[in-house]
Amino acid sequence: MKPKVGFFDFTCCEGCQLQIADLEEEIIGLAAIVDIVEFREVLTGSAPFYDIALIEGSITRIADEERLRDIRRRSKILVEFGACAHLGGVNKLKNLRDATTVRREVYGDAWNMPHLDTYPTRAVHEVVKVDAAIPGCPINRQEFLTIVKMLAMGLPPKLPDYPVCVECKKRDNVCLFDIGQVCLGPVTRAGCDAICPANKAACEGCRGLVPDPNKNSMKEVLAKNGLSLDEVFRMFTMYAIDPEVLP
Amino acid sequence: MSGPTLRIDVHHITRVEGHGNIHVDIDNGEIRKIEWQVPESPRFFEAMVIGRHYTEVAPIVSRICGICSISHTFSSLRATEEALGVTISEECEELRRILLWAEILQSHALHIGYLAAPDFFKVSSVLPLVASHRDTVLLIIKLHRLANETADIIGGRTTHPIRTMVGGWTMVPKRKELEALKARFEEAVEDTKKLAAVVASCAPVLPDFTRETEYICLTEPGTYAHYLGMIKSSDVAGSIPLVDYRRVTNEYVVAQSTAKWAKFNRESYMVGALARFNNNHESLTPTARSLALQLGLEPNHDNPYFNTLAQVVECAHALETSATLAGRLIDRGLHGENAPVTIREGRGIGAVEAPRGILFHEYGYDDRGICRSANCIIPTNQNHANIQHDMEKLVPQFKDLGREGLRFALEMLVRAYDPCISCSAH
Repeated sequence: MKPKVGFFDFTCCEGCQLQIADLEEEIIGLAAIVDIVEFREVLTGSAPFYDIALIEGSITRIADEERLRDIRRRSKILVEFGACAHLGGVNKLKNLRDATTVRREVYGDAWNMPHLDTYPTRAVHEVVKVDAAIPGCPINRQEFLTIVKMLAMGLPPKLPDYPVCVECKKRDNVCLFDIGQVCLGPVTRAGCDAICPANKAACEGCRGLVPDPNKNSMKEVLAKNGLSLDEVFRMFTMYAIDPEVLP
Repeated sequence: MSGPTLRIDVHHITRVEGHGNIHVDIDNGEIRKIEWQVPESPRFFEAMVIGRHYTEVAPIVSRICGICSISHTFSSLRATEEALGVTISEECEELRRILLWAEILQSHALHIGYLAAPDFFKVSSVLPLVASHRDTVLLIIKLHRLANETADIIGGRTTHPIRTMVGGWTMVPKRKELEALKARFEEAVEDTKKLAAVVASCAPVLPDFTRETEYICLTEPGTYAHYLGMIKSSDVAGSIPLVDYRRVTNEYVVAQSTAKWAKFNRESYMVGALARFNNNHESLTPTARSLALQLGLEPNHDNPYFNTLAQVVECAHALETSATLAGRLIDRGLHGENAPVTIREGRGIGAVEAPRGILFHEYGYDDRGICRSANCIIPTNQNHANIQHDMEKLVPQFKDLGREGLRFALEMLVRAYDPCISCSAH
């Protein structure tokens, strides 16, 4: 029997789900190996139980936390996919500012109405046990397919454990530090095929830190380029990377 | 007492972007409740960008929407460029226009084919159509793929563009890439004709429902406005400068929605493909006009379900216009020159037509280029109140259809607006 798969979204832009629609004909291949039983954005229907639940988005409200726990209870394997689920993503930018100020700036005098309730953003694994993660903002479609296929076969998925710099070198990209830009490639987990540096834009760290990031080499690169900590700190906060990595 | 007793409780309507609920309560023919609810979790983007450098603002606000990230990027870049006094080159603007049309094509193909078509054929999703209507599904995939590959080639990525920046582009496409795209745009115009024929054959499924409505979109003399222009309302003669956008949108908070609502001259207004068609149809390309005729879409028609038909028309317009723009860029040669940026204190407003309608961004920057104020008004925000008022007219008219018939008409109505709900609760 094909594994039953459900897709769910919480606080996010749903851009990672869209990457699945963007698989075009490959969706038909995906539907051949898994049974997509729930996917609100593209199909009508629901299921009581899932072999694999794929969760997009961060958790920012008590009500969503309850919904997530309910999905967890009904799922064998739970996967967080996309930076919002995996890291908290850009949604964690609001955690850097005073909560009431944030709410007042957006909703004015109505800020305290009960339905506008919010709490500091959390990644999915900060709320429930997670079995696997698919990083990225947005996710890499081919990496998504590989991971779902591995899970469907009962195999543990594996993410690259080296930094984006390795993929950049493979593609023969010009190092952005050499043209005066700041890039988080040296400490960010690869798997995106260095898509941002390949388009001459800095890596913003959307895939999170590589395991055991090399603090010393990041330190050296920064010093060599005469950068202020403030500037670099701001870059790390875009995707809520733990600033502890900073020299 | 006479009349039906029924209750509709659609919790998280499917095949739309984001979370919305429909509640209807009718007791012995007496309507007790009609509500379009948006329970989407608020995200606070306007507060997130405060304190960020001007170079980071567009990449952050792009994440407001996975479907219309390109529109958010360009509204944002235009607002920032106005604030900093940056004037981009003609080449830069033309590339932006192609990329913005690509997003409209991507979003419309997704909506027509994957979200709306299952209703036309009374199935739960596009998946059963792969077997029953294979050629139509492949046609949709072909258009969707072309739009996405255009975004890859010009923007660097399908969703959340990489090459876009204040003043220009980090990289521009190669001449050969643009030539290949131009040929594909021209060929795909024929595909939109086939798509229109299929949709025209399904059009009788669309409910016979009209409600006189105010339509708002951008307007630019001689073009079917989408990247530049002033504000046009069907209720107002002449056009309204962008600086007055708050006078048009008048956002307010309601208890049934985490997304704000908007109103201008009436209790609500509509934005999107139908609004653009109604206000700017005279500037459509010849093929787009002929498709409108074929689809039975006449200007100033007040059936909101026809928004999907207007999207089909716009697919043809997007492709023909993009082919012309690409031709012009190829003839002149690509130079990749960016405008210089000097940091200064300032305020700017940017508006583009996103797939779902007019989108406003406004920022204030200090003399270090740090964002100090932000306001984003999303198309779906501007449509929520109109959906509610459509429902209030539709339910009494259609209540004798029975629970399933009424539920289907209401769900289809919401889908016709192609709402981008998480975007609206930004």
